[in-house]
Amino acid sequence: MTNWLEKHLPKIVLGPSFIAIILFVYGFIAWTAWISFTRSRLMPKYDIVGFIQYERLFDSPRWGVAIDNLFIFGFLFILISMFLGLLLAIFLDQKIRIEGTLRTIYLYPMALSLIVTGTAWKWILNPGLGLEAVFRNWGFSEFKFDWLINPDFAIYTVVIAGVWQASGFVMALFLAGLRSVDQEIIKAAQVDGVPTFKIYSAIIIPSMAPIFLSAFIVLAHLAIKSFDLVIALTGGGPGYATDLPATYMYTMAFSRGDIGQAASSAIIMMIVVFAVVVPYLYSELRAKNDE
Amino acid sequence: MTSILKIKNVNKDFGKITVLNDININIESGDFLVLVGPSGCGKSTLLNCIAGLEKINSGDIFIDNKNMSDVAPKDRDIAMVFQSYALYPTMTVEKNITFGMKVRGIPEDIQKEKLKEVAKQLQIENLLKRKPGQLSGGQRQRVAMGRALVRNPKLFLFDEPLSNLDAKLRVEMRTEIKRLHYDLGASMVYVTHDQIEAMTLATKIVVMKDGFIQQIGTPFEIYNYPENIFVADFMGSPAMNLIEAKTKKEKNYIKIEIKLEDGSLASLKETKNLDLPEDIIVGVRPENITENGNITGSNYQYISSKVDIIEPAGSDTFVVTKLGNKEVTARFHSETDVQIGSKVKFSFNLEKVSYFDPKNGQRIN
Amino acid sequence: MMNNINKTNYNNLILRFLLYAILLVFVLYYLLPLFVMITTSLKSLEEIRTGSLVSLPRNVTFEAWGTAWSSACTGIQCEGLRPFFWNSIFIAIPAVLISTLIGALNGYVVAQWRFKGANIIFALMLFGCFIPFQVILLPMARVLGIMDLAGTITGLIFVHVIYGIGFTTLFFRNYYVNIPNELVKAAKIDGANFIRIFWSIFLPLSLPIIVVTVIWQFTQIWNDFLFGVSFSQAGTQPITVALNNIVNSTTGVKEYNVDMAAAIIAALPTLVVYIFAGKYFIRGLTAGSVKG
Repeated sequence: MTNWLEKHLPKIVLGPSFIAIILFVYGFIAWTAWISFTRSRLMPKYDIVGFIQYERLFDSPRWGVAIDNLFIFGFLFILISMFLGLLLAIFLDQKIRIEGTLRTIYLYPMALSLIVTGTAWKWILNPGLGLEAVFRNWGFSEFKFDWLINPDFAIYTVVIAGVWQASGFVMALFLAGLRSVDQEIIKAAQVDGVPTFKIYSAIIIPSMAPIFLSAFIVLAHLAIKSFDLVIALTGGGPGYATDLPATYMYTMAFSRGDIGQAASSAIIMMIVVFAVVVPYLYSELRAKNDE
Repeated sequence: MTSILKIKNVNKDFGKITVLNDININIESGDFLVLVGPSGCGKSTLLNCIAGLEKINSGDIFIDNKNMSDVAPKDRDIAMVFQSYALYPTMTVEKNITFGMKVRGIPEDIQKEKLKEVAKQLQIENLLKRKPGQLSGGQRQRVAMGRALVRNPKLFLFDEPLSNLDAKLRVEMRTEIKRLHYDLGASMVYVTHDQIEAMTLATKIVVMKDGFIQQIGTPFEIYNYPENIFVADFMGSPAMNLIEAKTKKEKNYIKIEIKLEDGSLASLKETKNLDLPEDIIVGVRPENITENGNITGSNYQYISSKVDIIEPAGSDTFVVTKLGNKEVTARFHSETDVQIGSKVKFSFNLEKVSYFDPKNGQRIN
Repeated sequence: MMNNINKTNYNNLILRFLLYAILLVFVLYYLLPLFVMITTSLKSLEEIRTGSLVSLPRNVTFEAWGTAWSSACTGIQCEGLRPFFWNSIFIAIPAVLISTLIGALNGYVVAQWRFKGANIIFALMLFGCFIPFQVILLPMARVLGIMDLAGTITGLIFVHVIYGIGFTTLFFRNYYVNIPNELVKAAKIDGANFIRIFWSIFLPLSLPIIVVTVIWQFTQIWNDFLFGVSFSQAGTQPITVALNNIVNSTTGVKEYNVDMAAAIIAALPTLVVYIFAGKYFIRGLTAGSVKG
């Protein structure tokens, strides 16, 4: 008896987690997908009626705004975070004496809840009392910075707060990547007289391609999941000008009592994440298995 | 003498690939068996199967005449020394050695006693309180052996234990292992890819390639009577010369024709009554090709050939010439005066020649 | 000759100076919100209205802090953050411990006890880390209701454990995969079984990864908002939800100093962890992300 137990113990240990994942991840995804094909409103109905929810979704102007915002926010957030992260990483790589302290300072925002971040930036960007007032006090009496309550510009405040939160992490990733480049190649280039700028642009940065990919994946993932930040910073407003698919889904699920819409919007989010993450995971796992 | 390990018709698959093909080996108590071969030949896999760490698909393994199917490694009365020593990194040397006894519930006083014995034997008494990270490679190796010794097993298994050591240390530890074998009279199965280790340590060698046994024999047999071209080439250093030749049957002998560098043919006379095919490979070790002035037996025949390279190596000088389109190495005395480019008589000892059939690589004589 | 060397040294000096200057500007950028939060929380409302965002408080007052902790309104209740602080503690600590333990055992199995399908199971778990949680909110709400855990602390612990297992397994698996399998073989021959090998050999080796995992999990769970706001009710909300309620409450006068004090209180635990164990935190963030 104990021999059988001993032989199968590894499987038995992994079992519960496996079952949990099957049920609570894949099973739940299936349930949500099912619901997205029904007429469910406040209570779930299980009769499949086709793509009605998706049609309603893409007809909804609010969802349109949410998708637009996702692309604007996603694009700017990822681009600026990567650029800033890379810049800071390169600077920090220059044998700075206080590197440890600087790294700690650049990275601490990642330890904060997005609610805290949103709250802080909401205050800083406050039209009457925040940065706008500061610049006005300093003599720029015409200075206007009311993005927070401006429907056309509010989404950019989310970008500002998001970049502040995440760029330190990107910097840490890139710094580790810069340093993992084979030192011998760099020394050879230095001996050859290659200028520092060229060493970075022609040797180091191209060899960091996998890390760019990792950073992109993590940032894209953060962008798609952005919920806390919007709730704290703008509440989705003004109106629904800063809605993102995540906040749309939540509103539909818990305020509007329209779980058909909530489900379909969740599935769309899922597909977007899928499209970005699956190819990456597939190539990572293959690489690890080959090792 | 009793059979201590019997491997009968063992096969092992790994998915679609067969990694062990019909393995049959038999050794007796006190033997030192070496499994040798290139990477991927299956020697480590076979060792793991003997240990019970991997399953076999068919066949049987008997340790001390007991069938080991379904017997867990801990119940096989074996001990194993690994290439990377596999010492438990967070435990002291003492705890590393006594861990197995502790798990088995052996009383502490007996544990202490055995520990003292083994520590004395391997001269690691002063290392007992250290952790593996604080030891040198050679010291770790001894601790690994201590862990094995303390189990007093029927069979010691070694998986390339010296591969991680530098050359000098390797030679030292090799001697220690040999001495241990002699002192204990223990049965050992040893895996290595280094044929020198195999030749110096073994009482019996199994040469493997691609999951098949190529030859089983004593070091003497393997060295002097290799059963195929692979064994001939793999074992012995410097390697055996393998010369392409053609045979012609004459009235009282077989003429063996070898092409010289300039295209002309030289010939040797094989007087033994052998059935040689028209195309053969002549296998002869460098020490059996010497300078002409060294004829002691009547079966030395010479071929005159141009010297290509000279490699002085202390007490000998290796002289390289081209025969049968291949570079052939001969072993001359270092005092002999040889010039590159000059034509010299190379003396072949036909008593020590091996003939191989190029079609299947098998030995003919 | 001397002039050229001086000139290069001079140029280098200027470049170094510029480098440090730029880096310092970014220090200001990253510290600004923290500075503003702290100073604002120490000002009186009047000073906030009449003063500047970036000025130091003229009269330091801790009144806002008191309010934030014990009397700020988070909806109908006006008990401050204190009860919600404890909610977060009661949620985070069990969830962190349980998910870490499960992750360790799982990682051990996947890394050292390869069996058929183990890699597929691991891949499935890994993928589970990446899903947007919106896609499980609805069914989880229903299931929690069925299990009679809706709106309870236990329910939130359950949710955090389930969705934390993927990450914790990943961390431990990546760590254990670098431990030579020969250790397991040697231990097997010594007679140790599955549990014994984990307890005597792997666990003692695991301190670094346990620290990383615990810090990562604690930060994730303490800072979570989505699960908190979806699966709790008025009494069981975690501190992030309470903070949001305080800040975004539509009733009464906006007390910016209270908002800021509340934000800092909510941020303190993870911030303190970061300051004292920061390098392990960074290792956790980059574990598995950086190739090699």
